[in-house]
Amino acid sequence: MRQILILGAALALALSPASAQDKPGDILNASYDVARELFQQINPVFAAEWKAKTGQTLEIKQSHNGTSRQARSIVEGLQADVVTFNQATDVQFLAEKGFVAADWQTKFGNNASPFYSFPAFLVRKGNPKNIKDWSDLARADVKAVFPNPKTSGNARYTYLAAYAFGLEQAKGDDAKAQAFVKTVLSNVPVFDTGGRAATTTFVERNIGDVLITFESEVNGIRREYGDKGYEIVIPSLSILGEFPVAVVDRVAARRNTQDVSRAYLEFLYSEAGQDILAKNFNRVHNPAVAEKYKAQFPPVRLVKVEDVFGGWEKATKTHFAEGGVLDQVFVNR
Amino acid sequence: MSTIALDGAQIVRPRRVLPGFGLTMGATLLYLAVIVLLPVTALVLKSAEIGWDGFWRIVTGPRTLAALKLTFGAAFLATLFNAAYGLLMAWVLTRYRFRGREILDALIDLPFALPTAVAGLALTALYANNGWYGSVLEPAGFPVVYTMVGVAIAMAFTSVPFVVRTVQPVLESIQPEIEEASRTLGAYPGTIFRRVIFPIILPSYLTGCALAFARSLGEFGAVIFIAGNLPFKTEIAALLIYIRLEEFDYPAASAIAAILLAAAFVTLLTTNLLQLWQLRYSRKV
Amino acid sequence: MAVIDMPAPAERAARAAGSPAGARILIGIAVVLTLAFIVVPVVVIFAQAFARGLAPYLASVTERDTLRAVGLTVLVALLAVPVNVAFGLVAAWAITKFEFRGKKFLLTAIELPFSISPIVAGVAYILVYGSNGLLGPFLEANDLRIMFALPGIVLVTIFVTSPFVVRELVPLMQVQGSDQEEVAATLGASGLQIFWRVTLPNIRWALFYGVVLCTARAIGEFGAVSVVSGHVRGETNTLPLQVELLYHDYNAAGAFAAASTLTLIALATLAIRAVIERRLPRTGRVGH
Repeated sequence: MRQILILGAALALALSPASAQDKPGDILNASYDVARELFQQINPVFAAEWKAKTGQTLEIKQSHNGTSRQARSIVEGLQADVVTFNQATDVQFLAEKGFVAADWQTKFGNNASPFYSFPAFLVRKGNPKNIKDWSDLARADVKAVFPNPKTSGNARYTYLAAYAFGLEQAKGDDAKAQAFVKTVLSNVPVFDTGGRAATTTFVERNIGDVLITFESEVNGIRREYGDKGYEIVIPSLSILGEFPVAVVDRVAARRNTQDVSRAYLEFLYSEAGQDILAKNFNRVHNPAVAEKYKAQFPPVRLVKVEDVFGGWEKATKTHFAEGGVLDQVFVNR
Repeated sequence: MSTIALDGAQIVRPRRVLPGFGLTMGATLLYLAVIVLLPVTALVLKSAEIGWDGFWRIVTGPRTLAALKLTFGAAFLATLFNAAYGLLMAWVLTRYRFRGREILDALIDLPFALPTAVAGLALTALYANNGWYGSVLEPAGFPVVYTMVGVAIAMAFTSVPFVVRTVQPVLESIQPEIEEASRTLGAYPGTIFRRVIFPIILPSYLTGCALAFARSLGEFGAVIFIAGNLPFKTEIAALLIYIRLEEFDYPAASAIAAILLAAAFVTLLTTNLLQLWQLRYSRKV
Repeated sequence: MAVIDMPAPAERAARAAGSPAGARILIGIAVVLTLAFIVVPVVVIFAQAFARGLAPYLASVTERDTLRAVGLTVLVALLAVPVNVAFGLVAAWAITKFEFRGKKFLLTAIELPFSISPIVAGVAYILVYGSNGLLGPFLEANDLRIMFALPGIVLVTIFVTSPFVVRELVPLMQVQGSDQEEVAATLGASGLQIFWRVTLPNIRWALFYGVVLCTARAIGEFGAVSVVSGHVRGETNTLPLQVELLYHDYNAAGAFAAASTLTLIALATLAIRAVIERRLPRTGRVGH
């Protein structure tokens, strides 16, 4: 019996994850839900570059989830050295709790957002429901799939984009815009908690006529499921989605990983980093890279949360907080 | 799976011959304090923080109410199914001898042995509109995935063994003479079951149902795959707790958790009372 | 389809149960329901796992993060199960060898984790060991990491699996009584000697069964672990979490491959149970 136990313990040790207790040489990137494949491509390239520069072998660990949840986990003790989120509010939350520098938006270029994207549509082969724009989502015969705006930053962009469209159509009439968004939301058959779960619902479960998610994810799905003939639709207007990054100072200081964390995030701005980002259908600011991938990024009219909604803080309070517009919409269905 | 039943016939011993009472009792209590009571207390404290008004506002919020209604309703449906299926299985497994009986018996425990996430994945694949069952049911007008029925199916699957495993031993222990006597007196099989057997198994039957219900209330892994998680429609209480956590809303999460905790308490209490009742019965029989 | 043949001991009871035709119908319904409701979902897992053939299956189960998830899951089980075995033995001894007030209450407390939703359990543990929890400041000051790391996963696993060993042991030890132990004590044996030489041999199969159940649940726990894991790939993802992750990674085949591994463990559990069943007095296992 004892031998079996010893054997078992040895086996467990052999198989167990390289115990990564605070050794320099590994960092954890806590990221948004649909960034899985992206960082799987970025990490080895940066690790190789870091090794060439410093001689240190580096392992970059990934954790993907809704970013609100990630922020909460970090506050509760998740040892993430860097965050790569899809929404500024969740980084701001970390800043308020003292985990991230208060002026985090100035630490890296473009408001600490190395790339951008926006909610786009993915429709089934041949676009049978002829979905062209946000207005089509309010049609009674159209079922749209996107995650729960309460838990998913991805879906908050979708919600706000639809709202912005409604506002523009109604020439700034809030009541009409709200009515429009209500109709759109009432056409959603399933609210998954994360972006990727929504993708699964649309693709694997064949639910809905249109999936709304970041342009990068939309393209990723089309590539991944080439045989299904999905088509991309770019609406007439969408909302600028920024992807803020920050070093989690409190964790990095404790684990002594500030340098490598910073270098990792800076790498996202480098030519090599931007190239991988663009290759994965994220829009980048680097002129050379943007030029190189010009063909895969059709022109689009983007509005900003700041311009239409007066910033994230206000938008969150009005729309997403308990009792906000979103809740009223949910209650009324 | 059975609950721990105390042997009511045990004689109270006036003195302790065996050693180790202090040590084992102390260790047991310490363990329970650290592993069970500490977290449960933390939860109760957290939901007490917001005060009775806050608590009431959260639990009676429309979304919470909808989630609780769905959870209790689906758990009730699941328990109804298991009440019928479990009784049938217990009966067939104890009363008949047939080839493959042992395999059938072993299969009853499969839902316990199978991780709930795996069960959820499998059930979703099966009942989805492109799955083996779903491709037949959905065109026929019975959508399962992303409906309350789907939630109930996942709950029923994960709580299958409770009724079977609590009723089985009691059925087995019934002396054939009792039934034979009634038969000799001219009773029909249906009457024998209703008037003789059913009263005997009733306490353990109810215990099994109560346990199945409790388990269904708390089920998470199997349900989230199949539910579709539509607020106000297919969002179960456990998932709402999860979502509240994701929104940093700790008070709401703990308040809903406290409701589920209270439900678990009540169920356990009920089953223990039922067992006392059963002891009285078994002494009479 | 099952064929009815009745060995002698059960014959009388079975005859009393109704006509052979009625029996056939009931058995038929039972078998069909069990196949449709319990067996087919398991078949689906394997069908999906091997949908694209053997090579992709092997590639999926030997993928680095999946292997690490297997390693973590085994490690968690190896840490959690012995703790609960020790607890089960100690608690069963206290409960069955002595009379005291509040025994019923103690048993209820022991069984509580079984009725608590795993999600609730996870939340409760975060409220204790999280950075903002009851013990958070103390842990922070001493630089101890519990949540979102191995200790947290092990702790919640211990919580959800804690009743399994006790609930197998208590009924059996109650039925067996304490006569043998008391004789040994009268003859001057020490407590440990009594336990090793008298009690343990009597309860070894029930204990083993409790361990098997406990292990199966420890390996399969999803909800509670999901709350406290932090979902770091290749580090704090147990195998059930890995199943969910792969499922959302455009990798349904990989998810079903990982799920099939867990299903095999479940089937092995059932096989072990069937073997033990034959060695165990029926009264012992079921608690009456």
